[in-house]
Amino acid sequence: MRLRNRLMGAAVVVVASGLGLTGCGQSSDGGSGDTIELTIAQNSISGGKNAAAADYITNWVIPKFEAAEKAKGKNVTVKFVPSGVDDEQYKTKLSLDLKSGKGADVFDLDGIWAGEFAEAGYLKPLSDVVGADADNWDGWAQIPQSVQGLATYNGKKYALPVGTDGRVLYFNKTLFQKAGLPADWQPKSWQEILDAGNKLKAAGVPVPIQINAGTAMGEATTMQGVLPLLAGAGGQLQQDGKWTGASQPLKDALGFYQKIYGGSGLGDPKLQQEAKGRDKSFQQFAGNEIGILLESDYLWRGVLNPETGVAKMADRDQSVGYALIPAEEPGKGINGQDFVSMSGGALRAVNPNSAHPKEAFELAAFTLSPDGLKEETKNGNVRITPRTDVNKEILSSEPLLTYISDKVVPLTAFRPPVAAYTQVSVALQEATAEVVSGKTPDQAAADYQAKLEGIVGGAGNVAS
Amino acid sequence: MAQATLPPEVLDDAKARRYSADAAGLGRLRAGAFVAPALALISLFLVFPALWVLYLGLSNYRLTGAAAAAPQLVGFDNFVKALTDPEFWNSTWLTFEFVLGSAVIGQVVLGFLLAWIMRDRTGPLKRIVEGLVILAWILPSAVVSFLWVALLDRDDGTLNTLLHSQDFAPLLDHPMLSIIIFNIWRGAAFSMMLYGAALGNVPPSHLESARLAGASGWQQLRDVVFPHIRGHVLTNLLLISLWTFNDFTPFLLTAGGPDGKTEVLAVHVYQVALQGGELGYGAAVSTVILLINLVVAVFYLRLLRSKK
Amino acid sequence: MTRFVLHRIGFYVLIAVLLAFFTVPLLWLASAPFTSDPTYKVRLPDFTSENFRAILDNPYALGSLWNSVLLAAGTAVLVVVFAALAAYALSRVHLPGRDALLYTLLLLSSIITGTAAMVPLFQLAVELHLIDSQLGLILIMTGGLLPAAIFMMKDFMDSTPKSYEESARVFGASPLQIVRHVVVPLVRPGLATIAVWAVANVWGNFLMPYLLLSDVDKQPAAVIMYTLYTEGGQANIKLLATFGLLYSVPVVLMYLFVSKKYGFRFHGGIKR
Repeated sequence: MRLRNRLMGAAVVVVASGLGLTGCGQSSDGGSGDTIELTIAQNSISGGKNAAAADYITNWVIPKFEAAEKAKGKNVTVKFVPSGVDDEQYKTKLSLDLKSGKGADVFDLDGIWAGEFAEAGYLKPLSDVVGADADNWDGWAQIPQSVQGLATYNGKKYALPVGTDGRVLYFNKTLFQKAGLPADWQPKSWQEILDAGNKLKAAGVPVPIQINAGTAMGEATTMQGVLPLLAGAGGQLQQDGKWTGASQPLKDALGFYQKIYGGSGLGDPKLQQEAKGRDKSFQQFAGNEIGILLESDYLWRGVLNPETGVAKMADRDQSVGYALIPAEEPGKGINGQDFVSMSGGALRAVNPNSAHPKEAFELAAFTLSPDGLKEETKNGNVRITPRTDVNKEILSSEPLLTYISDKVVPLTAFRPPVAAYTQVSVALQEATAEVVSGKTPDQAAADYQAKLEGIVGGAGNVAS
Repeated sequence: MAQATLPPEVLDDAKARRYSADAAGLGRLRAGAFVAPALALISLFLVFPALWVLYLGLSNYRLTGAAAAAPQLVGFDNFVKALTDPEFWNSTWLTFEFVLGSAVIGQVVLGFLLAWIMRDRTGPLKRIVEGLVILAWILPSAVVSFLWVALLDRDDGTLNTLLHSQDFAPLLDHPMLSIIIFNIWRGAAFSMMLYGAALGNVPPSHLESARLAGASGWQQLRDVVFPHIRGHVLTNLLLISLWTFNDFTPFLLTAGGPDGKTEVLAVHVYQVALQGGELGYGAAVSTVILLINLVVAVFYLRLLRSKK
Repeated sequence: MTRFVLHRIGFYVLIAVLLAFFTVPLLWLASAPFTSDPTYKVRLPDFTSENFRAILDNPYALGSLWNSVLLAAGTAVLVVVFAALAAYALSRVHLPGRDALLYTLLLLSSIITGTAAMVPLFQLAVELHLIDSQLGLILIMTGGLLPAAIFMMKDFMDSTPKSYEESARVFGASPLQIVRHVVVPLVRPGLATIAVWAVANVWGNFLMPYLLLSDVDKQPAAVIMYTLYTEGGQANIKLLATFGLLYSVPVVLMYLFVSKKYGFRFHGGIKR
């Protein structure tokens, strides 16, 4: 009975305070005495997802940072909070934590979430949370404007950018040779991609072209499919505050899908519907079954990597080529470009609820110091860091990453970092799915516009 | 069964039975104390959050964005949105197929069959059969989804190897049938266990006398076994229908696809609430699922209520 | 005689078909962990121990299995004890509104397992300071499983004979003693069924443990299982298959133990 009374009492407390839905209070780490306790959270975990990043934090950042603070006379201890889940689940957990005034002092998030987190009050401008230290950080001078833009929302910086990426057309040189195509292939229009596909098909390549489509591939369809094509046709998802509906660029992009999956035999429509379709596209590319694949640098680093990849390709460096994604026709891309790409990237933020925001920011900045980034990216863990000074040093041994950093990042585009984006992205995936299963591009574009109006609050926010 | 629905003369009868049924002399007070711990946990961790979900269904609450900072009550907007959305109706129809095919028919029949043919066996064969059936049920969903992709894959799937067929893609060409068969495989164990335990309560002497009287297997089932396990059949139907309605595992096999052809309601809620972040709308759809389950439960009760 | 033989043949054909249906999907789990560089294709394994060495290198794998055992055992014990007490009382004493209450709770329990309930449950745990507490998680999961458990348990309680309780009462046993020494032995198959059911539910639960436990040293295997993917969401099949096998072993052992000790084979041992 005593237990029952206690629980009932607790229930009353909850009823009294619960339904307000607003979080209050401080993050859990109060810190006793003059010891400052910090926590840092990432979607990475030793022995699992993004293991290298987790090991970097535990084995290098934490001891070095604690020692550096000690030298300054401060007693700081740092605890790492690992995770290893889908991005959506990580985002859910972050949101729930931040909403309740909890969460780690420093945490990573996908750049695309910045806007919705800011609007929800889960993130605050760095200068408000940390003060002048944030603006005076010496790292900013090394970070290109476009990458800084990832961390910027409504003109204010909300976090530190952790890095960026880029998308290119990968091609299998062995298959290209069989089809009589050059090893330094660089298409200048969509038609040239289709022409190469037809030659590959004639040479008996099972899947000449793989451009992700459909809902099963999720965001991979949007980022490695619709959006680069849309940019290549001169379209943008959102422009001057209005979303783009059934515009000509979107119809062109969907038309390109139709040319690949609509019975030409250039692509495999069934693969786009399979739950594990993207996994299989990787296995097929590694197994010399796919000629051309639009993917991000992750394919090179994490998938085909001869040592640590999930679909290892022992001769990756010799037999995988890469080319810029061409506009529909030269000069027809966004901003009149000949070539286009899409980029994303992670952010490292300071929790507005942190009891020690200054030290938390120091920790975040420490992880992005030149020494730190060099440590993180050694031993085959190379990635494109946010700092040009570091990139110059570490990328020299990695031809693809140098290529992306030098050629792709300057012409790339980013997704609109607003809350509605996730749903808009799904609507785009559904539009490609419709084309793959036989609808016309015009019809799929019209269906997309109808859904879009529902998502962004009426036709007034949509331009066609 | 509910007391409130009983006519007065039956009530008196029930009252008389109550005292004879309370064989251990529990009395209402001690009975209350027996129920208390369970009720306390249920009130706090189930009733309260469930009511909260119903409340969320009336709001435009989202996980992130401006609507997370200041959610507003929007009345029945979410329900109107759901009921006018063809995707919702598509999901509802698929869910009925899924529940009827995999739970009401598949699991109940297969589960009973397994329990019946294993009822008076002992030894390794029974252990192996029961063990395998239960293995399918206790394996975590994450593992199971890999098993079935490996089985049904259109390139290297075990099924294609066994049938010597090329490019047979059950998950794409017969997606609903695939997840129905999958769920029969996955959930038959529960029905088997429940019926197994229930059959244990059928007095062997009754079966014996029926056999001596020359009753066929089917007659034994109908006249001796079924009356004894009627309550268990009802319980089983109620529970597995409820669980299957809310089962999210098909998502791991097909991701709701191809083209939404396996997007049952639980998957729909997952996509709306977790992937889209629309928690208010997700809560409203959950409420609709609850109401459908209510109707289904009442239907079962009327169908199988034992005549006293 | 021929009829008997036909009967036998039919029986074994049926058994063979059922066995195949339940075995074929499991082949992958039997082969992939022992194969070098496994894929979705079922192949004859080359019996490498390399995959097991790799998973044992994972700093959280074994600890998470232990956490799963703790969570599952804790929840199963609470569910069985509370459900047995409540079901017995509800079966023997007609409390007003009993059946309506049970059905309502059962329906509400379905909403709690859905995705939409995660926000209320999370905020409730925050207010009660149950975040990052395994006990808190056990209580929350118990609350969600209890209605169905009581529901099942009541059936078993209803169908046990009352005469033993009456005799025990005549000999001066208290109600709790009667439940322990008279009723529990009678409904043992039911208790075992519910215990196994509760364990299976907890064992596979990913979302609630992930949201409510942030300390990785407290997280169960279902959560650690999800860490064996890459940054792009690709499965590390080698680790997943191997960990999947390790992850399955404790539940299978538990089933064998329960079925041997408490027996789902308790067929009418006491006759009416």
